[in-house]
Amino acid sequence: MDPGIRVQELNAWFGGTQALHDIGLEIPSRQVTAIIGPSGCGKSTFVRCLNRMHETLPNATVKGKVTISGLDIYGKGVSPVTVRRRIGMVFQKPNPFPTMSIYDNVAAGLKLNGFSNRRQLDEVVQRSLEGAALWDEVKDIMKKKSGASLSGGQQQRLCIARALAIEPEIMLMDEPASALDPISTSKIEDLIFQLKQQFTIVIVTHNMQQAARVADLTGFFLMGKLIELDKTEKMFTNPSDKRTEDYITGRFG
Amino acid sequence: MHNISFRRRFVNFLGIGAIVGATLVVLMPLFLIMGTVIYRGIGSITWAFFTRIPQPVGETGGGMANAIVGTAMIMGVAALIGIPLGVGSGIYLAEYGRNASGNIVRFTADVLNGIPSIVIGITVYALVVLIQHHFSLLAGGIALGIMMIPTVCRTTEEVLLMVPQSVREAALGLGIPQWRTTLSVVVPSAASGIITSIMLACARVAGETAPLLFTAFGNQFWNLKLNQPTAALPLQIFAYAISPYEEWHRMAWAGALVLILSIMATVILVRFATSRGMLKGAH
Amino acid sequence: MRAQIKLPVKQDSAPAGAESPSSNGTGAAADKPLSLVPAAFKIKFQTKNNAFADGTFRTLVILCALSVMVIVGLIAFELVRQSHLSMAKFGFKFLSTSIWDPVAENFGALPAIYGTLVSSLLALVLAVPLSLGTALFITEICPRRLRGILSLLVELLAAIPSVIYGLWGIFFLAPLLRTEGQPFLARYFGWTGLFEGPKYGIGMLAAGIILAIMILPIITSISREVMLAVPRQQREAALALGATRWEVLRIAVLRNARAGIFGAIILGLGRAIGETMAVTMVIGNRPEIARSLFAPGYTLASMIANEFSEATSDMHLSALVEVGLVLFAITLIVNAIAQFMIWSITRGMPARNIA
Repeated sequence: MDPGIRVQELNAWFGGTQALHDIGLEIPSRQVTAIIGPSGCGKSTFVRCLNRMHETLPNATVKGKVTISGLDIYGKGVSPVTVRRRIGMVFQKPNPFPTMSIYDNVAAGLKLNGFSNRRQLDEVVQRSLEGAALWDEVKDIMKKKSGASLSGGQQQRLCIARALAIEPEIMLMDEPASALDPISTSKIEDLIFQLKQQFTIVIVTHNMQQAARVADLTGFFLMGKLIELDKTEKMFTNPSDKRTEDYITGRFG
Repeated sequence: MHNISFRRRFVNFLGIGAIVGATLVVLMPLFLIMGTVIYRGIGSITWAFFTRIPQPVGETGGGMANAIVGTAMIMGVAALIGIPLGVGSGIYLAEYGRNASGNIVRFTADVLNGIPSIVIGITVYALVVLIQHHFSLLAGGIALGIMMIPTVCRTTEEVLLMVPQSVREAALGLGIPQWRTTLSVVVPSAASGIITSIMLACARVAGETAPLLFTAFGNQFWNLKLNQPTAALPLQIFAYAISPYEEWHRMAWAGALVLILSIMATVILVRFATSRGMLKGAH
Repeated sequence: MRAQIKLPVKQDSAPAGAESPSSNGTGAAADKPLSLVPAAFKIKFQTKNNAFADGTFRTLVILCALSVMVIVGLIAFELVRQSHLSMAKFGFKFLSTSIWDPVAENFGALPAIYGTLVSSLLALVLAVPLSLGTALFITEICPRRLRGILSLLVELLAAIPSVIYGLWGIFFLAPLLRTEGQPFLARYFGWTGLFEGPKYGIGMLAAGIILAIMILPIITSISREVMLAVPRQQREAALALGATRWEVLRIAVLRNARAGIFGAIILGLGRAIGETMAVTMVIGNRPEIARSLFAPGYTLASMIANEFSEATSDMHLSALVEVGLVLFAITLIVNAIAQFMIWSITRGMPARNIA
């Protein structure tokens, strides 16, 4: 089973404004694919279409085909809830559940779906926190302290742990480090590096150095259109589209 | 300052003085009423007041035990109706009602909030009392419950909207269904605000008299049955206040003292807890 | 449909797969024995029909919301249904005649309509300047620390039950009016014709005063909210022009907040019109139209409170329900106007239900 993502003729709207135009691309499994582009180019909207989060916003609509393991997630009868369980998501701003402890935050995805085996939950929580490189920092306080009491960088890793706990195959990250300081950012980047051994990762970033550091592939979006998608190295040294080059050189040099 | 004309300085002085004066005049009735109720009621607060039922005219030593219990039971019924419907419709408005149909519900709730309580009394009389063929505790509870709904609904909506959208997204992104997200993530984040609104709504309707006049009706004796007329503290105060007997007037003041203190204690407690952060609407 | 939903089941049910980390075909979970969640559970929670649970919850809260509309609908329906007898007999004359005679079964509600309007307007005349002054004091003048306390005191005034206002009105306010207030008014303002006749204490004047006290909190707190919404820059602009403090309040605050303040006043009017117990206890309950404010009167609400449980004939009951219908209609219109005014400035976030 290959949890890569194939996107065909994807269009998305906010009310009457079209945010994505005819996007088509393939995201390979167990690699990091970065999406770059100027703000408002639709890169966030694009990843939010990959796990059907886009449609939770008021007046937001989607049309097109996104295929994961042979299933069109926008197909008839496919529940968005089921899709989101397979695809974890980390948001721009760390958003731990304010009323829950650290432990409950990580366990939330399973607990709130009715999974209540204590011993197994303990294991899942530990494994997820380890996976997010947060275990050592919180193992003694995780049942007493609320998720909101952690620092920004820790909160973001908590959110990653929370997403890991539901055992997704794909991980979407929407500018996961943009609200963080440089040290926390580098921790998140190290983490992305480790996670790609098990997950397909799509990361949106406005920071091109970050894309260059972590991504295997990079896609460039401009005004709701995919301009090009290629190996990161090629994208940053020898892009085939003039607009990509303009954008990249404009920023780098 | 010296280039401001004397006239403008004088008007300024008068205006500010009037504002301060108005504030003092507004606060006066509160202290006058509280003072009168305490002064005239405190003497009749005895053990018997809380344990005995009313005595016939001419005999001393009665109490309002049945009215206190009656009010508690009526409030129980009211809470069973007002809280679920109020919180439920508040959830609807906050989570599904950001649209035209939500606005209609919002407007209707505000209309209901503005309907005079006596009119609600008549309606419940027609719908419950006429059908049951007698006044009842149940009818009184329904009337007060209806009055609670709009207050609880609108404040619930308000505190739910204070829960950041990112918290909802986090839950939905984990594949938690919408209903679970609302019930287990969003509502708990706003729980203290919702509790505040419920307590204030209870405090508000607990003193209502008009909707009970032809629903609970009042009763000089004990009643714990849902389908029988029941005494309530405000009703008893009203009946005693308009009676010609000195002794009953004293009981009315004592009843007023008990009622006003319990209501004010609730309001102050809730406000105090809110300001101390023990109960607050979400972040 | 079901078949399509079950796609996400991982291959971790086959323990053999876990031993071979490099095998590409068995899926993510197989590579590393990461999955601790039993496959059986996953199948259950992934194929369970969430759409059904979501739909049920949605339906439930929609029903709650509908209940609000049903209740308002039922109130209107019952009022019309129960008053048809009186409507059929008196028609529009019900609103324009002043005979209220239960014995002869002849009913005209004009005195009650008149009493309702006069007592409410009197309350507004007394309450509006005081409320606005207090709201200005709280938002603009008083030290920050006092604000909370003052707001709480105003809220407490709103929390006093109507029946206690009435009790206080009978035994404190009315005697005070009889011995002090009314003689004073009669001596200096008797020439207006509004303050003459026997001085009972109880009457239209007492009702107006009590109502004024009762609507102070709602007008105060809503105008306070509206005043807080006036942007800081407006005040600073006025100050920069060299305005005195009073001029700032008048030009910057009152003028910018006037639509909302008007809404607050109308909302207060709605409260006064519907107020029942306190008025019933102090207005004197006599269905007559008198020019003097010393005279006893009647309001729509107090008429119902007073007579409803004693009414024996169907026509009397029906007439009282029609009185309720008139009251309902008036408050509906008044509140709709007020809500509209407040909505128009606070952009769909109507003022909180304070009192």
